Amino acid sequence: MTDSATTAQSPFTPAPGAAPLHRMVRAQAGMELRVLLRNGEQLLLTMVIPVLLLAGFSLVPLIDLGPGPRVDFLAPSVIALAVMSTAFTGQAIGTGFERSYGVLKRLGATPLSRPGLLAAKTLAVLGVQAIQIVVLCAVAFALGWSPNAGAAGTAYAAALILLATAAFSSLALLMAGTLRAEATLAAANLVYVVLLGLGGVLFPLSRYPDAARPVIDALPITALAEGLRTALSGGPLALAPVAVLAVWALIAATLTTRLFRWE
Amino acid sequence: MSPPAVEVVDLVKRYGPTTAVDRLSFTAPAGTVTALLGPNGAGKTSTIEICEGFRGADSGSVRVLGLDPRRAGNALKPRVGAMTQAAGIPTGARTGEWLRLMASFHARPVSPDLLLDRLGLAAAQRTPFRRLSGGQQQRLSLACAVVGRPELLFLDEPTAGLDPQARMATWDLVGELRSAGVSIVLTTHYMEEAERLADRVVIIDHGRTVADGSTADLTADRQELRFGADAGLDTEGLLTALPAASSIDVLHTGADGRCLYAIATGAPGGLGPEFVATVTTWFAANGVLPADLRVQRRTLEDVFLELTGRDLRES
Repeated sequence: MTDSATTAQSPFTPAPGAAPLHRMVRAQAGMELRVLLRNGEQLLLTMVIPVLLLAGFSLVPLIDLGPGPRVDFLAPSVIALAVMSTAFTGQAIGTGFERSYGVLKRLGATPLSRPGLLAAKTLAVLGVQAIQIVVLCAVAFALGWSPNAGAAGTAYAAALILLATAAFSSLALLMAGTLRAEATLAAANLVYVVLLGLGGVLFPLSRYPDAARPVIDALPITALAEGLRTALSGGPLALAPVAVLAVWALIAATLTTRLFRWE
Repeated sequence: MSPPAVEVVDLVKRYGPTTAVDRLSFTAPAGTVTALLGPNGAGKTSTIEICEGFRGADSGSVRVLGLDPRRAGNALKPRVGAMTQAAGIPTGARTGEWLRLMASFHARPVSPDLLLDRLGLAAAQRTPFRRLSGGQQQRLSLACAVVGRPELLFLDEPTAGLDPQARMATWDLVGELRSAGVSIVLTTHYMEEAERLADRVVIIDHGRTVADGSTADLTADRQELRFGADAGLDTEGLLTALPAASSIDVLHTGADGRCLYAIATGAPGGLGPEFVATVTTWFAANGVLPADLRVQRRTLEDVFLELTGRDLRES
């Protein structure tokens, strides 16, 4: 056997080449999704807590949620919370640790480009959110939720969720790409709790002091929760929540592009 | 003639006040294994990370497959495999699925199953990365570097901390990759690894190239006569019996008061039969019975220690 014949038979003979981008993004998104769904802490944050809040506060009248069935107030709130927990809290913590373990650096040496990686992460987040929304809607329906939204209201709600995902994801990456992983872990959890308390998720906005309203109304979680609540109860489709979320998305994305550090 | 796999000229890299790489130059010819050998902190990893495009250089030029790694990153990434010191694998990812993911980034990958099998990871397919042993993590990292069928492979300390079997499996794979035509640049501080794998050894210390050549080149013309004897041996007396331009070194002092001596000579005729006869005649006249008397080439380790010093380094 000649030397070239041996070479040709080796499974390691160089044959470099990148896969098509869509294949890389699909494979990476699948990986991210599986890692997210296998992570116990992430599931607690993204599934268990929202379901418990929805079921608990719908069944037990611990807080006064205003007129109407309690679940009608809580279902949109908890969907908003679930969107935030996945796009912001979970993603900030996950990406922060990936950065500190050198995963982002190592992926940077593969043919998967950075925009490709971001696309994959976004797809994984949307995938988790789809599962969350299906689960939460099922629980809400079982608790007697009766949403009142036409096609326009549903489309408006979907647009709000996408816009909020863009804003929360950018904020998550801003935090994960600038702070140490441990600091990101602490800060992301703190922000989650603060926004849960302040953002009109569990309490009607009318309960907050008037002086605080401008700040509270400008929070992305308030815009999402209030916007969803109005849209899903057949109310007027206001521009304000869309504007608030768009501004957050724009500012966060700009800062992230400038400040994010991969290592 | 294809361009060299890697060409580094006068590379400088500073971290604050520390100069990690100080006008380093070397060439890694295509289709060969080049080992960057040096003590910890010599600048090996900085150099390799600049070649991989992870870091920029402060000055000097780096060409990888004829291209600038910072500017031509996208063109180089499919062609270059990298095994970094930190594996960079998510703790929750499973061995098999992560390797398959890496394979899916490439047009014509090596079969992941074949690699898992070759590197003894088949049984750990479904184990999450955080539950793998250190050696398994390292082998998975190697598999990820290789799976895309690269032209050029950078391996940063590929066998650090591996047990002998895993090290052997890694060495076999590197040998096979080389025969398949892959160019390989690896860093190591194991002499045996450099001696065994590398066509070319670049010894680096304090960020500079202190020697560069094949193991044979580096150890050529460095014959010496070694023997064991009491620490009190009259080396002055022995030296006067030898031709001019000879020297005696103590390589090692044992706890039992025995020393390992090495005699080298630059005299005409070199370390030939007559020179050995002169030494043994002096032994006979002085009643010295040497242990393990032998004429040998210096090893790569001798050359390395001679060039980089015997003192322990911090860091």
